[in-house]
Amino acid sequence: MSQPTGPASQGHAHKQPAPPPDLMDVTLTINGSRKTLRVAPWTSLLDALRLHLDMTGTKKGCDHGQCGACTVLVDGRRINSCLTLAVMAEGRTVTTIEGLASGDALHPLQEAFVEHDAFQCGYCTPGQICSAVGMLEEGHARTDDDIRELMSGNLCRCGAYPNIVAAIRQVMDSQAQKDGGKP
Amino acid sequence: MIAKPTIPDPLERSNPRPGAQIGKPVSRVDGRLKVTGGAKYAAEFNTPGLAHGYIVSSAIARGRILAIDTSKALALPGVFQVFTHQNRPSLPWFDRKWKDDDAPKGSPFRPLYDATIHHALQPIALVVAESFELARYAARLIHVTYEADEHQTDLHAASADAFTPGKDKGGFQPPPKPRGDADKALAEAEVSVDLDFTQAVEHHNPMEMHASTVIYHNDGTLTVHDKTQGPINTQTYVCNVFDLSKDAVRVISPFVGGAFGSGLRPQHQLFMAVLAATTLKRSVRVELSRPQMFSFGHRPEALQRVALGAKKDGTLTAVIHEAVQETSQTENYVEVVVNWSGQQYKCDNVRLDYKLARMDTHTPLDQRAPGAATGVPALEIAMDALAAKLGMDPLELRLKNYTEVDPNTGKPFSSKELRACFQQGAERFGWHKRSHAPRSMREGRQLIGWGMATGVWDAMQGQAVASARLGIDGTLTVGSATADIGPGTYTAMTQIAADILGLPIDRVSFQLGDTNLPMAPLQGGSWTVSSVGSAVKAVCDRLRDKLAGLAVGLNDGPLKGLKADDLHFADGCLIAKSDPSWRLSITEVMRANDLLVLEDEARSIPYYKSQMQHALGTHSAIFAEVRVDEDLGTVQVTRVVSAVAAGRIINPKTARSQVLGAVVWGIGMALEEETMTDQRLGRFMNHDFGEYHIPVNADVHDIDVIFVEEHDDIVNPLGAKGVGEIGIVGVPAAIANAIYHATGKRLCDLPITVDKILGA
Repeated sequence: MSQPTGPASQGHAHKQPAPPPDLMDVTLTINGSRKTLRVAPWTSLLDALRLHLDMTGTKKGCDHGQCGACTVLVDGRRINSCLTLAVMAEGRTVTTIEGLASGDALHPLQEAFVEHDAFQCGYCTPGQICSAVGMLEEGHARTDDDIRELMSGNLCRCGAYPNIVAAIRQVMDSQAQKDGGKP
Repeated sequence: MIAKPTIPDPLERSNPRPGAQIGKPVSRVDGRLKVTGGAKYAAEFNTPGLAHGYIVSSAIARGRILAIDTSKALALPGVFQVFTHQNRPSLPWFDRKWKDDDAPKGSPFRPLYDATIHHALQPIALVVAESFELARYAARLIHVTYEADEHQTDLHAASADAFTPGKDKGGFQPPPKPRGDADKALAEAEVSVDLDFTQAVEHHNPMEMHASTVIYHNDGTLTVHDKTQGPINTQTYVCNVFDLSKDAVRVISPFVGGAFGSGLRPQHQLFMAVLAATTLKRSVRVELSRPQMFSFGHRPEALQRVALGAKKDGTLTAVIHEAVQETSQTENYVEVVVNWSGQQYKCDNVRLDYKLARMDTHTPLDQRAPGAATGVPALEIAMDALAAKLGMDPLELRLKNYTEVDPNTGKPFSSKELRACFQQGAERFGWHKRSHAPRSMREGRQLIGWGMATGVWDAMQGQAVASARLGIDGTLTVGSATADIGPGTYTAMTQIAADILGLPIDRVSFQLGDTNLPMAPLQGGSWTVSSVGSAVKAVCDRLRDKLAGLAVGLNDGPLKGLKADDLHFADGCLIAKSDPSWRLSITEVMRANDLLVLEDEARSIPYYKSQMQHALGTHSAIFAEVRVDEDLGTVQVTRVVSAVAAGRIINPKTARSQVLGAVVWGIGMALEEETMTDQRLGRFMNHDFGEYHIPVNADVHDIDVIFVEEHDDIVNPLGAKGVGEIGIVGVPAAIANAIYHATGKRLCDLPITVDKILGA
């Protein structure tokens, strides 16, 4: 019945382990400020934000690109920051949840999320809002079903989905009105 | 700590009235922090020199560790230590030292205690390193040799040795004794149904993974940021296990990223972080990975049988409900699964039976509406099957057997507006337009089905203490060591306090999640508003009485000579009921009495005597519409109406969100959620969000929540029952019943996945 090895030892266990990698400099613009970081190349953008920059607004829900809690905007596009190495963001512009409000004035999506109670525990919320910013920018959503589909990469275990859709819908409609009354 | 973004409605201020805050759809007072990334969760308290721990999990389900080679990990520069059962410090021997407020009977799991493996993914080592990535890398270099024993993780097989548990856990009531002769009545019934059910293992999977950050101070004291539903539970556990005094351990957990029961017991990352911090004398964080979120408690797998007998007119003559659930080898995890079946309907012949079967898994753990979410859907699917056999409307069958007293105990309900739930829910849904025959509603290849079910949950109250501090500037700070895992506790408590003292919301703040605050019980079971809310009410009532006494005693004041009862509190003022122009502001009263602050503390104690004489519960009626693709077997839940009777609703906005969210949980339970075991390995195989499916946005459509009026003076001084659990109970049944109506297939194995629909 004995089982000589466990998964913890599979593969490279019998070889000499590789030493930890050398640190590298990465320069990127986060929420309008230029930052230079010294990180190991195996550091995800998510951990760089949370641990190296103490910007904990971006959340870690799975570290596998399966939940969307870590969504940030890189050069305006929504991405999972857990699937992006910090070194891959060299020279890029990153917007996180901390960068959406201007001073005391919340971003319209932030306002709408509060008004529609589009969260409970709040843990997926920064990712939902960043994702919604990216989705509206993409411009593909027309109906509530479109919003549901295009927001399905962001899990919410509290189940606030109907309120998330309502919040996004409100902002989408008011943007459409500003843009000249397109539906 | 908490932002106060809500500006009171100017109309409200110009037209002050008592009771202006309770019942208002106030936006969350912590909303701004949550939408700006300012709310800090357990893994987000950073400190210079913080070390990171990564856990190594067992590869086998049962057996022992023969050898564990940590040398390659330890050789890496930047790795501080690897903790295993071989080098751990001395730990307590007695079980009671490891017990927590939610522990069932038995021996709690002790991480790193010895070489024994009790279940797959058991934590067996902790690597502590200077960075998270390095700790994770080093964890992969640890070489473990096991001796595996035969494991049992198959409930069907284990149930052969099932046993009847005792009152093995707080809140658990064994089933009542049989009444009448249910088996005989079933055999003689004019119409009967007899169905077997399975309920899959489910995992809580809050979005925030369990984490603990332990800040080590130079004097050896600790500040612990833990993902918990009870800071005091965390503190007690740490003090008992590590032999520390309460003064040496402060738990601060202002925000919790969901829990749903997973934070009711201290989880092993807390043990690991404290072990490392106290041994290495430095601050340490341990965060579980998503797969490791499947390494501790879960909703237990269940096998059930429900048999119902009835007369041709629908009168129930027999109810039999039997259930077997899994527990671990070391603890008797029990939940109320079958008792509801004796309580929901009038019936003279009832037999309820509940058993446990031991398996080589981690001890199960309360998950949203524990027990009821498993047992009530079985009963409610059986009721639907009976209605179909009787050719009766399912709603009519429920009304036919409606009961105003709890048949299990003979006690009247303190309140039960379930009839109103049926009536208002059915009307909103348009239930009367339903064509009764299965497969009778369709649109092209889409079969449409309408189903309904009833939900029930206990209304409970525990003791709690709250403190309050009123400043001369008219700001009020109230606190209690409860948690806010998402229901909106900050907001509801703020409203209660503001309401009683007649203050605008923005002058009141509520503090929680800190062991320096007065005692509160675990946040769970839908009892926080009832327990902590009552304490908040009690302490604010005291301040109110003190202020009133001071105001009527002021010799040259406008309220002189009045009685305290002659006053009401609104708009920051004490106002004579007889003439609203006679008023004094709180600030004026305090200044005239040379008071800078007014402070007090109060404990709320349930009305034990009257509560003992009543059955206390929340009730709901759920109506669901599904569309089933005839060719693909896919199911969409297109419409749900949930009508809830839960007493007074403190905040209809956040309470609605709780019920919405719970309906989403019900959709997951009905159609998606299932942790599957590879029986050869005794191991969960779909342990991540890619394979364990929770509902996504596209799975959720129209959900309509109704709160029916319900008045209750017995449940607690607020008359509020709490809504955390009631929203899920019954939903899986309403969906399963709708699938039957759409397809004609009676499916009793949850979740109802495509293969089951196509295969049936």
